[in-house]
Amino acid sequence: MSTDERTETTLPVRNDTDLMAVRQQVRAMAQRLGFGLVQQTKLVTAASELARNTLVHGGGGSVSLEPTSDGDGREGLTLRFVDEGPGIPDVELALRDGYSTAGGLGMGLSGSKRLVNDFSVDTAPGRGTTVSITLWSPLAPFGRR
Amino acid sequence: MPVLDLGGILLVSIQGELADNAAVDLATDVTTAVSTTGARGVIIDISGLDMVDSFLARVLAEVAASARLLAAQAVLVGMRPSVAITLVELGLTLPGLETSRTVAEAASRFGVEIREDPERRAARGTDRTPT
Repeated sequence: MSTDERTETTLPVRNDTDLMAVRQQVRAMAQRLGFGLVQQTKLVTAASELARNTLVHGGGGSVSLEPTSDGDGREGLTLRFVDEGPGIPDVELALRDGYSTAGGLGMGLSGSKRLVNDFSVDTAPGRGTTVSITLWSPLAPFGRR
Repeated sequence: MPVLDLGGILLVSIQGELADNAAVDLATDVTTAVSTTGARGVIIDISGLDMVDSFLARVLAEVAASARLLAAQAVLVGMRPSVAITLVELGLTLPGLETSRTVAEAASRFGVEIREDPERRAARGTDRTPT
């Protein structure tokens, strides 16, 4: 494993061009970590949804990409979306399918949760929002991929 | 994004990464083209897309809805399997959108015959389609 794969990267989320860069970087890192095509697509799609939330609801912020491993040979990629926006008053409501405050389809947050293995939201009114997701690669048979 | 007039039907091939404002422009361009050409059908080829998120899904659904109001039918073609799996899990099955396997099959719905070169079958939407 090269040091490149272990490097944490932080990207700005200030406009829709940044969203494209986020998608490209997430795809590239997921490929380097050996994720399959369906997993790459799920993670990139979740990243696109959550980065757009950071932009539209949080007024912009950043996303960090952190390769991780669980000691059992599983490689993972954690993405952390951080904004200093108004926060989410009712997370349970925001996670309901079809609930939208921005005129969208209301599937971004709830749908992203289904696309990844780990999902957590840290938010409070006036305190900004941090959404963290992790997708783990399947256990490699015989210790190799 | 070029909108091709195939004689009564329009063909739009979405290529590569699409910024949000480019997607919105696309919706406007396609709807305007339906109106000016009087097309009966709009074939949207997304075999070049390696990801469709809820924003783009909404734009595609809105293109189809606008086209329908102008008496044209939109047909989505070439979705990659990994994109289909992801969209379903995301909760977006796009029930309002008609789909076909190939551009030629979509065109035949409108009585337009496109001969497919068997050597290079385009727009089948495989996960190996280069971006």
